[in-house]
Amino acid sequence: MKIVMAIIKPFKLDEVRDALTSLGIHGLTVTEVRGYGRQKGHTEIYRGAEYAVSFLPKVKIEVAVPGDQVERVIGAIVSAAKTGQIGDGKIFVMSLEHAVRIRTGEADADAL
Amino acid sequence: MTFAHPVRAGLLSAAVGLAAIAGFADMALAQATATAPAVADKGDTAWMLTSTLLVLLMIVPGLALFYGGLVRSKNMLSVLTQVLAVACLSMLMWVAIGYSLAFTEGSPFIGGFAKSFLAGVAKDTVNSGGTIPEYVFFAFQMTFASITPALALGAFAERTKFSATLLFALLWGILVYYPIAHMVWQSDGYLMKLGALDFAGGTVVHINAGIAGLVGALIVGKRVGFGKDLMAPHSLTLTFTGGALLWIGWFGFNAGSALAANDVAALALVNTLLATAAAALSWMFVEWAAKGKASLLGTVSGVIAGLVAITPAAGLVGPIGGIVLGLVGGAVSFFFCTTVKNAFGYDDTADVFGVHGVAGIVGSIGTGVFVSASLGGVGVENYDMATQVWNQIVAVIIAIVWCGVISAIIFKVIDLTIGLRPATDAEREGLDITDHGERAYNM
Repeated sequence: MKIVMAIIKPFKLDEVRDALTSLGIHGLTVTEVRGYGRQKGHTEIYRGAEYAVSFLPKVKIEVAVPGDQVERVIGAIVSAAKTGQIGDGKIFVMSLEHAVRIRTGEADADAL
Repeated sequence: MTFAHPVRAGLLSAAVGLAAIAGFADMALAQATATAPAVADKGDTAWMLTSTLLVLLMIVPGLALFYGGLVRSKNMLSVLTQVLAVACLSMLMWVAIGYSLAFTEGSPFIGGFAKSFLAGVAKDTVNSGGTIPEYVFFAFQMTFASITPALALGAFAERTKFSATLLFALLWGILVYYPIAHMVWQSDGYLMKLGALDFAGGTVVHINAGIAGLVGALIVGKRVGFGKDLMAPHSLTLTFTGGALLWIGWFGFNAGSALAANDVAALALVNTLLATAAAALSWMFVEWAAKGKASLLGTVSGVIAGLVAITPAAGLVGPIGGIVLGLVGGAVSFFFCTTVKNAFGYDDTADVFGVHGVAGIVGSIGTGVFVSASLGGVGVENYDMATQVWNQIVAVIIAIVWCGVISAIIFKVIDLTIGLRPATDAEREGLDITDHGERAYNM
């Protein structure tokens, strides 16, 4: 099992969610985050005070998938989240050792 | 204004006429000197009751939200509490000794204790020389005495202990506000006798608060992380809301300083609209040209700068003169809040000096120019522009020196006794938690 973590532009969230649903993925976790990569921030001015703000709002999606689904999930996220502009985001894949469905106690593949 | 009773209309007209002859330096200020009927006039009283409430609205929640939105969310409650507590403390001080020290005869610099706790003032006592119950005059002036120390707080917000701000309000009210109010607005006051004009408190309130704020900001020192950490306003939405309430309430502040429901109040109302709009646009366009964008904070700051600039002039200058004061006040305040503040590098959290101090100075000196009848003002007896402007400048300088020196002593005394600043860790954590044990937003 793996966790696929994707940092994407906030307005792409609905498209990515729909793309994952059509693959049969029916659960994911979303967090609002701030970050930067190659996309530059902006300058905020409050009377005399100028701030160069390099952290931009992004959305982080985490979804647990069986190992054999990872490539399809990555492909779906990439095609849904891509705009072609700097700041589209990144995808990280991490090993997942164990998973449990709290309500029923099902474990590992049955919990995903 | 219509009168049910022609005799009362005649008496009021005679009162106004006599006051005009007596000299406008004495007239349209907090202390009217004309002969007056001994019975309170209902129209004047109704308006002055309303004006008192409007000025209270400026304090709560106007000023509180205006400043509160400018600080970081971890210090929001500290700003609200300081403004509220300082205002309430000032009210009790006012009834105890403030009203008496400011508004009774004594020396040119301070009055006496004859009216402590409103001694000798009954509910049917009419304001000396006026047409309103003295209770109303007392209450109206009380709101001025309460908002002025609260204004100063914004300059050293986010790094001053709650106890220090209370002690500041106590000492500063007595040693600075009451003397300067006495000097400017009481008939035996030094600056009143000099002929300096201050219709609604450009010197007494705004220059005073601006200087006290600046001195406080310098002595308390900069916020930890100033210049490095992000200290953006946590809610310009609330700052806008507070600013809007300040504008509405200011009609009580300015038009109420006519102490009557009359043509002077009407002039002050018109000026409080036009000068403010002019200053808002002035700041907005200057910022647009200088920084590339017109900001909400800039526009609402222009509103406040215009209100401050017209405060000493509201019932004395004509509408066009008011607009000029607004245009100049807005632009000069912008310059001070950006270029000058950054050049000197001091930390005035809410730009109390840049807006209240600077626009107050511009408006006070400008009043000397635009009160001229030839420029649309109400005119002054034996008016000579150079003399009047000089009198304005002298009054401004005296206020700055008195306030500056005594405020510095007060802050130093507080620093050496109970301390001004919280511990660095406490400041970083936020004054809401460390001074008040509360969190503003639990979301």
